[in-house]
Amino acid sequence: MELLMAIVIGVLFTAAVYLILSRSLLRIIFGTGLLSHGAHLLLLTMGGLGGTSPPVLAEGITDYADPLPQALILTAIVISFGVTSFILVLAYKTYSKHQTDNMDLMRGNDEHD
Amino acid sequence: MNMINLLILPILLPFLFAVILLFLKENIRAQRLLTIVGLVVSLAAALRLIWKVKTAGVQTITLGSWPAPFGISLVSDMLSVLLVTTSILITILIVLYSFTAIGEARERFYYYPAVLFMLTGINGAFTTGDIFNMFVFFEVLLIASYVLIVLGGEKRQLRESIKYLLVNVISSALFVVTVGLLYSVVGTLNMADISAKIAEVGQPGIITVIAVLFLLVFGIKGALFPLYFWLPGSYSAPPMPVLALFGALLTKVGLYAITRTYTLFFIHDVAFTHELLLVLSVLTVIMGCVGALAYFDLKQIIIYNIIIAVGVILFGVSQMNEAGMSGAIFYLIHDMLIKAALFILIGIIISVTGTSNLRNMGGLMKTHTSLGWMYLITVFGLVGIPPLSGFIGKLLIVQGGFEAGNTWATVIILISSIIVLLSAMRIFVYAFWGEPVKLPKSDRRSYRKEMLPATLLVVISIVYGVSTEWLIPYMADASDILLNPSIYIDAVLKE
Repeated sequence: MELLMAIVIGVLFTAAVYLILSRSLLRIIFGTGLLSHGAHLLLLTMGGLGGTSPPVLAEGITDYADPLPQALILTAIVISFGVTSFILVLAYKTYSKHQTDNMDLMRGNDEHD
Repeated sequence: MNMINLLILPILLPFLFAVILLFLKENIRAQRLLTIVGLVVSLAAALRLIWKVKTAGVQTITLGSWPAPFGISLVSDMLSVLLVTTSILITILIVLYSFTAIGEARERFYYYPAVLFMLTGINGAFTTGDIFNMFVFFEVLLIASYVLIVLGGEKRQLRESIKYLLVNVISSALFVVTVGLLYSVVGTLNMADISAKIAEVGQPGIITVIAVLFLLVFGIKGALFPLYFWLPGSYSAPPMPVLALFGALLTKVGLYAITRTYTLFFIHDVAFTHELLLVLSVLTVIMGCVGALAYFDLKQIIIYNIIIAVGVILFGVSQMNEAGMSGAIFYLIHDMLIKAALFILIGIIISVTGTSNLRNMGGLMKTHTSLGWMYLITVFGLVGIPPLSGFIGKLLIVQGGFEAGNTWATVIILISSIIVLLSAMRIFVYAFWGEPVKLPKSDRRSYRKEMLPATLLVVISIVYGVSTEWLIPYMADASDILLNPSIYIDAVLKE
């Protein structure tokens, strides 16, 4: 099971890297979304996929899933939600000011802006 | 009074004041007052904490009173408490500078709360004893820095903020991945416990891979050689007070994280990991020197000087001997102070001349003499002329380098000092000597107000340089714990 998950996560990372290296800003943001999905799935997988019951205390249950990675993922998910919404609004603002979503055209330095 | 919670105060107080400030959006006067009050109170708590760590040893607390590896531990050793105090001190002075330099429009849109939230994240990252908690504090400071870098919404800011955000989102995802991998190997998140577990298994290959991944993650935050590409562009976008804050504090959190993980976790295969760190740090110094000489732009020259200092400090850390380590700590704190001073002075020069291009300025010595002398003293401090602050740190780092037998690398570090001097003196020669150019009309009063925090920072850095003898016991405590991780582990996992 872990092997299958590792392959899926690898595919997610590949897709994310491919999208992040593209020119359009929106595709890059989709790439970061896939990247965080991959990272969260990896956290879950690395905690081990053993355990037959959810980590809730109930009578007679001894074999439960590791609760720690689930808590970590929950934290990481809300953080990446916050950051992603910030990026999306920033991309919107940038588009309306620069009139382009092509990253190649967003160059410049102090001498020519 | 039971002072067991003392080490939480430098994290909690800025946070508390930031939350209060959110309710006072329109009242700039109250915002300024409360920010300063909050920071001064935090500074007092941090100074008290230094004294406590000095007299009673490493302070630890496990939140919620869970036994050590199960709850989140906060750990204040001498290194972290010194960094926390320096960060608060620098933030106070940069906030003073912001009063005149940042402009009311930005002050009205949550500038001060963002600064305080960022300080919360920085102090938290310096104090935490839990690797995932460190990730969370990194995000706290990064999200606040996203707000600060884009606040104002100028065209250039928007463009560079996008890049800054994307780089940091990627490095944060890598951080999560690395923590996941480490967790799968050692099965714990508490830093002391991780160190003990790694010592038990004796660093097999997978741990070395994780060590390199950590270097990648923190190297992006701390602008290490192949990973510094985002910094020059991003840092030139925000207004000067924000740049001063970033330049003095943000990369240093990455440096601290590298130092902590490479002295606490990954110490069993030093021949590979620390050799890699050494090579990368020397390359960082070289690339920084190239950048510092290449530009005629004030901001870019000093931004590349940040990169040089990152290389020098990590070179000291990678030696793993007494002299190199305490030199790195001396130099780290010196660099935070001097970069803040330098950025404020550069900011004043830019606001006086109305340009950041060296070719368009000259003759400032006749009209702004005190600014000139102040800048000159700061440059000498930056380079490390003996009585000033940069000397002892670099001396010890160089001594550590020779002791460890890295002769060539150490010679490069020494040569880099000359290039730092050259790049900074070029600013002095172009801006202060020569024929005076016509200056735009500027406000003498706000100039004097901006000089106050710069002068204070320069005085603090001079005091820091002169009182070396008196600081040595503190630095020795800090480097002791880095070289003997067992002190740290015993303090956290006390039986």
